[in-house]
This record gives sequence, structure tokens and C-alpha cells, in this order.
Amino acid sequence: MKLLKRFYIILIFIFLYAPIAALMVLSFNESKTRSKWGGFTWKWYLSLMDDSIIKQALKNTLLLALLSALIATLIGTVAAISIHSMKRRSRNILLGITNIPMLNAEIVTGISLMLLFITLNMRLGFTTVLLSHITFNIPYVILSVMPRLKQLNPNTYEAALDLGASPLYAFFKVIFPDILPGVCSGFLMAFTMSLDDFIITHFTKGPGFDTLSTKIYTQVRKGIKPEMYALSTIIFVTVLILLLLVNFTTNRINPADDKRQKKQTAET
Amino acid sequence: MNNKKKYLSTPYVFWAVSFIIIPLCMIFYYGLTDKTGAFTLENIGAMLSPEHSKALLLSLGLSFLSTVICLLLAYPLAMILHGMNVNQHSFIVFIFILPMWMNFLLRTLAWQTLLEKTGVINSVLAFLHLPALNIINTPSAIVLGMVYNFLPFMVLPIYNVLGKIDINVINAARDLGANGIQTFFKIIFPLSLPGVISGITMVFVPALTTFVISNLLGGSKILLIGNVIEQEFTQASNWHLGSGLSIVLMVFIVINMILSSIFDKDGEGSML
Repeated sequence: MKLLKRFYIILIFIFLYAPIAALMVLSFNESKTRSKWGGFTWKWYLSLMDDSIIKQALKNTLLLALLSALIATLIGTVAAISIHSMKRRSRNILLGITNIPMLNAEIVTGISLMLLFITLNMRLGFTTVLLSHITFNIPYVILSVMPRLKQLNPNTYEAALDLGASPLYAFFKVIFPDILPGVCSGFLMAFTMSLDDFIITHFTKGPGFDTLSTKIYTQVRKGIKPEMYALSTIIFVTVLILLLLVNFTTNRINPADDKRQKKQTAET
Repeated sequence: MNNKKKYLSTPYVFWAVSFIIIPLCMIFYYGLTDKTGAFTLENIGAMLSPEHSKALLLSLGLSFLSTVICLLLAYPLAMILHGMNVNQHSFIVFIFILPMWMNFLLRTLAWQTLLEKTGVINSVLAFLHLPALNIINTPSAIVLGMVYNFLPFMVLPIYNVLGKIDINVINAARDLGANGIQTFFKIIFPLSLPGVISGITMVFVPALTTFVISNLLGGSKILLIGNVIEQEFTQASNWHLGSGLSIVLMVFIVINMILSSIFDKDGEGSML
């Protein structure tokens, strides 16, 4: 039984990671066509350095992800705190609205934003894409901060106020440290979602502005440039290393967390 | 204090009205008018035309199929992961989010390479003396792409909800003489429903409305309803027709949302 479970998990992981492995292999493929192996080469990694179009798309993508995640985290965290203190009725209405971009189809969100921008006579480009990304990122932040707020003990904040702290000071000293993990994971989710988005960008971008996703989409018919494989391999490996490092360091810094988890495991 | 906090949501309320509510109203405005601005139901009725209804039915069929496959694959997986007692909850989430850092279009395209007649999978099958798999550019390839892209959205909510089930309830059932199968169907599965429903919503909606996966793996001959709408906006530039078809599509999305809010009142089955 145990063997069967292992086997099943391994099978699913092969399924999830096989395309990624394939892309990595393709980034070292001498031949330009996808279907043939022409021998090992580093040349796509070298020519990537000189490819100004891909570099520009990468810059746009990263800037977009960073800005939209930052702004969304700011608006979303403040909104979550406010929603948390609301009466049930207004809270439910706002949370319902928050759910719309998450549950609605991306194509509908993209089209609706495009119609709005065009009606407002805005030039489709970086600004419109940024506004759209912030819009679909805010819900991820709100939904990861809300659970943290629910776990808070409201008395500590009141105690800080009673002891003479200003509301702002009390917030940063008492509430913020406790919700920080939620804020961080909200930011990371938002960044990831923005980075991986294609559909909404596709509808809200104008000609001349490209992110990596839209660039890849236009290359599909002509054939993907191998430099794209090289770039995405670099991105993937970088993120993998970063996340592993973060995982290990937080494990070490947080022995209390570890203990709690061990206790939980022991209980179950 | 609470009064002041209420005003903190003003930026978000402003944002939500401008970029969520008003844009949705615009789709309804365009969908219910013609080029001269007069009210019409023609754009919505256009869904009944043979080519559009064929695309819609195919989309419904394929997305239903991929949702079922996702559920069948994800439930046992979530149970095994839960049973493994990995003392790092975030690690499990991490494994499923990680692929998203490789561009979604490239990952889907990679399946073309894997599925090709002389591709990796067929070489392995040939080596094992199994019949070759020729599904590239067929609806099966689209289903595979959907399952591949949306499986994490099914696994994570179920995994999260399983973690919230009180172990004492399960132990009590076992103490009272229920066997493993009975415990599963009477206790574990009903308690995990919020996660299952949320997973179904998270898989069904994007699968129903996709135009990218069908474009990349269907060989651009198979039109799903997403493809039809996308073409109305980017190529035919008939926004009124595109919006009308989107309204019909939204009916299915709303049904899905209502179902999920009935079964998952407290947002227990969330992905995060």
C-alpha cells in the first residue's frame, strides 16, 4: 500500500514537472526545431544576452509584477484590516466583490477591462496592463491577510492604545508583526500571478508593448526562439534556489514553529 | 476606532467599483446593444447559431471531463499528502505553485514536444512495446492540457480542507465500529466537500473559458467558446457580439459561484 502511494505521487510529479524538464532540455538543444535533438550547446544562453527584444519584454514583465504586487499588497492589506472590522453585512458584500476577479473567467475580466479603457480613451499600454494586474492581484492579498487578522487577539491592540500608543504606532508594533506572514504570502502570490498572466495582459495591452507571455504567444506560429527556453530555465532555477533557501532559513529561525508542527504531527 | 477603520477601505472600494463593477456593466451594455446603440437581444441569441452552440457544447463537454479527471486524480493525491504528515504545510503548496514560475504558455507548448509522433512519450511507449499515442491536435490533447494546468487548483483546496478535519471525529467513527470505507464516505468525504466544491469551481471556470490551451494543443482547428469570443474581439472586432457571448458564458460562471457559496459558506476550501 505504501509503495502504491509512493508510486502514485511520483507519477503525478512526473506529470507536473515533465514539461518543465522538457523545456530545460530544449534550452540546451543545438537544433532550432523543437522536435529534433541536435546536440548540447550553451549558445542560446549567450545569444540571450544580446537579444534586446527579449530583454525588454523581461524588463516589462518584472517591473509589472513588482509594481502591481506592491500596490496590490498596500491596497489589499489596508482593505483587509478595514473589512475585518466591518459589520457582517457590509463585510459580506465587499468580500463578495473581492471574489469576482478570482472566480470570474479571465477572458471576461480581460475583455471588461479592455472595454473600460477604450471607453475612457486610454492608450493601451503599460499603464492599462498595470491597472489590470493590480485589479486581479488585490483579491489574493486580501484573502491571505484575512485569516491572519481572524487569529489576532483584539485585546492586545486595545491594550497598546490604553498604554498610550497612538493608533498608528500600535498598529505597527502590535498588529503588523502578526499579520506580516499573510502580507508576505499575499505579495508572493500576487507577484507569481502577475508574472504568469497571459490572458488579461493579452486583452489590455496595446501594440508595441509586450511581456514575456505575449511575446511567446506571438512566436507560437513562427516558432519559439530557443532563447526563450534559456530565459525561462534561468528564471525557474533562480526561483527554485531562492525558495529553497528561504524555506531552510525560516526553518532555522523559527524553532517555535517547528515545535508546534512537531506537536501537531505527534497528535495526529 | 471602528468608524475610522471603515474609511480605510475607501481606496479599495473605489478601486473595486472602477475596475470590477463598472467594467462588468460595460460588458452588459455592449452585449445588449447593437452598433447604433439600440437595445437588442441578438448578440445573446447568437449563441444559438450552429457554430456558436457547437463551440459552447464542446467547451462544456471538455471542461466537464477535465474537471472530473482532476477530481479523480487530486482527491487520492490530497489524501496521501495529508497522510504523509509533512510538517511543512507551505512545502506542499510550494511544490504546486512552483511550476507557475515557468511560463504557462511554454509549459503547455512543451506538451506538444512530449506528445509528438516521435516525441518523448511515444519513444518510451515504443520501448515498452505499447501502442503509440497520437493525441496531438485532438480534443484529448486539450483535455490533457486543461488537467495539467488546473490540477493544482483542485489539489490545494482539498488538501487544505483535509487538514482542518478534526482527527477525533474520525477516531470516534472508527471506535464506533465503522470500517475504513464507511469512515471515508460518512465522515471524511462530506467534511471535505467545501474543498471539493471550491476545487471544482477553480478548475471548471478556467477550463470552460480557455482559448489558449485549445489554440496551443488543438492545432487551431478546434474552436472552443473562448476562441470564438477572443476572435470577435481581436480579429473580427465585433465587440457587441463578443460581449453578448460573454454574457451567456457568465451565466455558467454565476451558477458555479452560487453552488460554491452554498457549500462553502466560510471560505474554508480556499486555496491558500
